[in-house]
Amino acid sequence: METVTLTIKKAPTLYLEAEIISPDGLAGKTADQIRALPVHMGNEEFTLGEFFDLAGAPGATAEETKVVVTGDLSRVKYLGMKMSGGEMVIESDADMYVGAWMSGGTLTAKGNVDSFAGIGMKGGLLEINGNAGNYTGSAYRGDWRGMQGGKIHVKGNVRSDTGYFMNGGEIVIDGDADVHVGTHAEGGKIVIKGNAKSRLGGQMVEGTIILLGTVDVMMPGFKYVRDEEVDVDGKNMLMSLYVGDLGERHRKRKGEPIYGKLYIRKAAPAAAESREVRLARAREARKARFASPEETASA
Amino acid sequence: MAEYLIRNGFVFDPVSGVNGDRKDIAVKDGKIVESVSPSAKVFDAAGKTVMAGAVEIHAHIAGPKVNEGRNYRPEDKLFNAASGVGGMRTTGGFSIPTTFKTGYNYAKMGYTTAIEAAMPPLYARHVHEEIRDTPIIDEGALPVFGNNWFVLEYLKNRELENTAAYISWLLRASKGYGVKVVNPGGTEAWGWGLNCLTVNDPVPYFDITPAQIVRGLIEANEYLGLPHSMHIHANNLGNPGNYTTTLDTFRLAEGFKANNRFGREQTMHHTHVQFHSYGGDTWGNFESKSDEIIDYVNTHPNLTIDTGNVTLDETTTMTADGPFEHHLTELNHLKWANVDVELETAAGIVPYVYSPDIKVCAIQWAIGLELGLLAKDPMRCFITTDHPNAGPFTRYPRIIKWLMSKEAREERLNTFKHAEKVIGATLLHGIDREITFYELAQMTRAGPAKALGLKDVYGGLAPGMEADIAVYDINPESPFTPDQLEEAFSAAALVIKTGLPVVENGVVINNGNKRTLWVDAKVNENPQVMRDVEEKFLKYYSVTLNNYEVQGHHYIPNPYAIQVDATQ
Amino acid sequence: MAKTVTDVTCPFCGSLCDDIEVQVSDDGTKVLEVFNACAIGAAKFLHTAAKDRVTRPRMRQEDGSYKEVSYDEAIEYTAHMFVNSKKPLMYGWSNTNCEAQSVGHEIAEATGGIVDNTATVCHGPSLIAIQDVGIPSCTLGEIKNRADVVLFWGCNPAHAHPRHLSKYSIFPRGFFTGKGHKGRKMIVVDPRNTDTMKLADVPLQLEQGRDYELLSAFRVAIRGEELPEKVAGIPREKIYEAVEVMKNGRFGVIFFGMGVTQSLGKNHNIDNAIMVTKDMNEYTKFAIIAMRGHYNVTGSGQVMGWQWGFPFATDLSRGFARYNPGETTSNDLLRRREVDAIMVFASDPGSHFPISSVREIAKIPSVAVVPDINPTTEISKLHVPVAVNAIETGGCCYRMDNVPIDARKVVEPPEGMLTDLEFLTRVRDRIAELKAQAPAGVRASAEAVGA
Ligand code: SF4
Ligand SMILES: [Zn+2]
Repeated sequence: METVTLTIKKAPTLYLEAEIISPDGLAGKTADQIRALPVHMGNEEFTLGEFFDLAGAPGATAEETKVVVTGDLSRVKYLGMKMSGGEMVIESDADMYVGAWMSGGTLTAKGNVDSFAGIGMKGGLLEINGNAGNYTGSAYRGDWRGMQGGKIHVKGNVRSDTGYFMNGGEIVIDGDADVHVGTHAEGGKIVIKGNAKSRLGGQMVEGTIILLGTVDVMMPGFKYVRDEEVDVDGKNMLMSLYVGDLGERHRKRKGEPIYGKLYIRKAAPAAAESREVRLARAREARKARFASPEETASA
Repeated sequence: MAEYLIRNGFVFDPVSGVNGDRKDIAVKDGKIVESVSPSAKVFDAAGKTVMAGAVEIHAHIAGPKVNEGRNYRPEDKLFNAASGVGGMRTTGGFSIPTTFKTGYNYAKMGYTTAIEAAMPPLYARHVHEEIRDTPIIDEGALPVFGNNWFVLEYLKNRELENTAAYISWLLRASKGYGVKVVNPGGTEAWGWGLNCLTVNDPVPYFDITPAQIVRGLIEANEYLGLPHSMHIHANNLGNPGNYTTTLDTFRLAEGFKANNRFGREQTMHHTHVQFHSYGGDTWGNFESKSDEIIDYVNTHPNLTIDTGNVTLDETTTMTADGPFEHHLTELNHLKWANVDVELETAAGIVPYVYSPDIKVCAIQWAIGLELGLLAKDPMRCFITTDHPNAGPFTRYPRIIKWLMSKEAREERLNTFKHAEKVIGATLLHGIDREITFYELAQMTRAGPAKALGLKDVYGGLAPGMEADIAVYDINPESPFTPDQLEEAFSAAALVIKTGLPVVENGVVINNGNKRTLWVDAKVNENPQVMRDVEEKFLKYYSVTLNNYEVQGHHYIPNPYAIQVDATQ
Repeated sequence: MAKTVTDVTCPFCGSLCDDIEVQVSDDGTKVLEVFNACAIGAAKFLHTAAKDRVTRPRMRQEDGSYKEVSYDEAIEYTAHMFVNSKKPLMYGWSNTNCEAQSVGHEIAEATGGIVDNTATVCHGPSLIAIQDVGIPSCTLGEIKNRADVVLFWGCNPAHAHPRHLSKYSIFPRGFFTGKGHKGRKMIVVDPRNTDTMKLADVPLQLEQGRDYELLSAFRVAIRGEELPEKVAGIPREKIYEAVEVMKNGRFGVIFFGMGVTQSLGKNHNIDNAIMVTKDMNEYTKFAIIAMRGHYNVTGSGQVMGWQWGFPFATDLSRGFARYNPGETTSNDLLRRREVDAIMVFASDPGSHFPISSVREIAKIPSVAVVPDINPTTEISKLHVPVAVNAIETGGCCYRMDNVPIDARKVVEPPEGMLTDLEFLTRVRDRIAELKAQAPAGVRASAEAVGA
């Protein structure tokens, strides 16, 4: 595998659209060809070379290419969009659409990413070390075919609408999730290791949600069926199984309706946390609110 | 206006009986002429095919349900949008393209006239605003009558003259082109969540049957002498076993004679017959009944049809057949939009994926082609996809390929997932006929133009006719592959619309000089109908009578009104 | 002798009443009296007669004061603003006609603008929900003629759409509804005990922000499944009872407003309300209608739809149309500082946008094209006053149920004042001239993201 490194050298005055930056976009090209590739800011087209320094070289195909992007990428959109193979590492925070519509390969975002990461995803692994925005692993507007396959792993928190219209694949959130996880899901699996907010599994047709933390308001359309042992990261945990959403249509197998499954960990231990930890969390929450003061969860 | 000479192409023009002869076509001041001066601009069409601009007889391309389809399907535009280049507008969408893209795409394929197939009169302004913004092609719209309360009441009481007077009034108010009927009675029943599945199901409250509505509207249409005949989408669309309803509907036209000064011969145009030619009684034993349907059509010259070919794409279904769309969403669970329109009609929309891996879809595909191939008179069977219902109109070149090449359709047929079952449930495999260029010109030009009462205006290359001309980069006398055929018809080498070059080398170069067609039918003064109209607006409509008629340059900047005098 | 203009449309709320009669002065310049309109509608007509109205463009000076400039100067400033911008936002469009909207779109295509309408702070979530699950709906006349169950959710027509109840939904006698309001069951769901709720047969006062849960509960009840004891503060018996009323109707309708579109979950609430409607169609006939606010916000969505394929928030910056609320919506663009100029057209974001967005508007080059002074004009670099649409000029407008009506001109605008359509047309033509003189940078290709 060959590595090509792109370092942003000039802060975009608006936002830069750089969907060309992916193993697929760069593979098989010479340094000059790469520098001449188009990126966009508003109604203007620029060359990649005007915004990025280039080191190394890509492989002949996406599979043989590793792309490393560094510098302040917080105003760069579409990094790794539609990547189908190879490897890509985003060294800092990035803006919207990281790994959108990706179908293969491994994409690691080391910082936070904004909304629409991994939307329409079909395959591959998208790892986000920081927090992710709204609509992570969701469908594009109007499409009933959301995430189909692959895996998204968010090590921080996610905002609202994770796995909207999810059909397959897996999303793992190490932190907390805001409202509307797995809404309209018809397949796939979502694991939330932190806490969830209301609307968890709302309008869910099929698929699985596993919650290790707490949920503040349960959906009225989920009913408790039994306790089950569930394997999470190789550990068996005792969980309560709820099925739903009872308000939704469900196909039947052998006369029995197939429901969405919601597992909630039994008596999640209320961590006795120190005052410092609580205050630090409150500070973070305030900061998050400030970063996006008025936009609530969904659009 | 300038003069043009299209020199030395292989010309196919059923109107003047020219079948592939090498000929020059001359254009002056927007019309086809015998000859032009030496200063005329010359296009070399040697080795190319020349036909009149094609005429679309049935497509849903403008108005409230088309736009709801656009607005509620952003995913139809995802990765499918382009900037406007060279003075053209920006475009987008696949199954429900924007108005600009609609005009450009028709023009690119050599289509120069189109009829919007279902205009809800209360929304006529919307239809006309979209028509105005659809560049290049001349366009008319058919208001729907088959569930209109005035019509139901007049026909229940067998008041022919009042029905005719009301039609004339509504055509003027909505600036409509002719009489469209969709699921007669069934759409009114849908106001209560019900339907009429046969021609004899009574309409709730109105105490009339679909059969009475259809016969009454044919009679009124001929009483007025309108350019187009009554244009119907029958009851029971899309259901296994519905071919009997279709035959029952065909028979309703028996005994009527076409009465008009436009040279139209049919008294009924039945649209998208593919959706109405189904045998079996479940999706399991679903099969083609195209033979029984086409036998009737072949032996009854009072009838014209269009095919409604399934193109095997993901598309957006939309129809004034409200109960059908509800039925469809119950089957595929995709997003359902519906609008019931006070006193007039309804409409529904549901996305649909015609997958080659699904047996029923493949059978539907075959039925559409069978109709085109089994029809004995290409002047009475026209190619459509009921855009966007069976597929987008942009697939016409592919349908042409399948109709003109047995090899191409056999290849498709044999690679279906359930090929054997599909072959068993259809006739297509046994049909050898390949449509000729001349027959294609009949099915897409001369035929539809004549059925619309426009045979002296569109669809031909005889001197005096509109200079709507398409030149395709395909040599009918040299060998070509089926795919070359599809390619050639996808992007015309040259298109002239009303004397103006609008497409060159497959690229749209001009926004054209589009006109809006409508029919101005004069009848004797009819105070009773006017009283009824006033009363219904006062009591039941949610807009005032004075705010109903479509008027003004901002709706119809370039009208082409066809005059009909039924005052005798 | 004053003259009377009949069949006038009211340019205020989305009901777009078209039976207004207006008495105007002999010289056709003043509105004297207004008949048939409700108080808020009448006020709009009478306000245009105000003598103290600004009638010429005003440019903000360094010291914050405003100086009168000519329309020519205003057109020049606006055209240059567009030509110099990399990503101009064109916001508003709900209080103008479709012809002006259409010219605005030409400017957006020419300059790479983003066009967003007031749905973005109003019924945008409804439009998103429709994209996700569709919408079974009907015209207002259908309600009048057929509906016997009428449900208002998160809206208060008694105040916001005053004639709605009498003209369309509750009181009128229609073809199959000869008993008027006596034949109709009225259900009202709202966290507040509104004046509309006071009229209800079945009032349901729910906990703030729990609309989604309650709608889900309706769906559970429709399917005859079991509910928890209380949902959103409402006992389950009441929910089952309401659903029974709905199922027993011949024709039901849900009207919903900003109470659901702008509370927690936004589009999901509408989505679920639409699904309630869809579910109900298995039992009886049911429809759902958004109570659109401004009189022609619907028209803006329609024109954008047929020209670009999206009902609001359409981004033309790369030449082709893109859409994704959360990114291409005005408040996200302003909050994220993603646009570098703004034209406010026929609306007042100064009153309706969050303060962070308003501050951003004040920072970047800005033009407000609105008839009179409003909070937005006071933060804009240039205010271009124009004739009042549907009073001083006509044009096509779309009612909340998408029915298009041609608005009438009732009186002349003040001497020398342009209509917004005239102003915009001249800006468009001036931009074309400027671009022809100095072709701007490379135009985006149609490939990549949107192609
Ligand atoms: S209800 Fe609305 S449209 Fe009707 S008069 Fe009142 S403000 Fe005007
Ligand atoms: Zn049709």
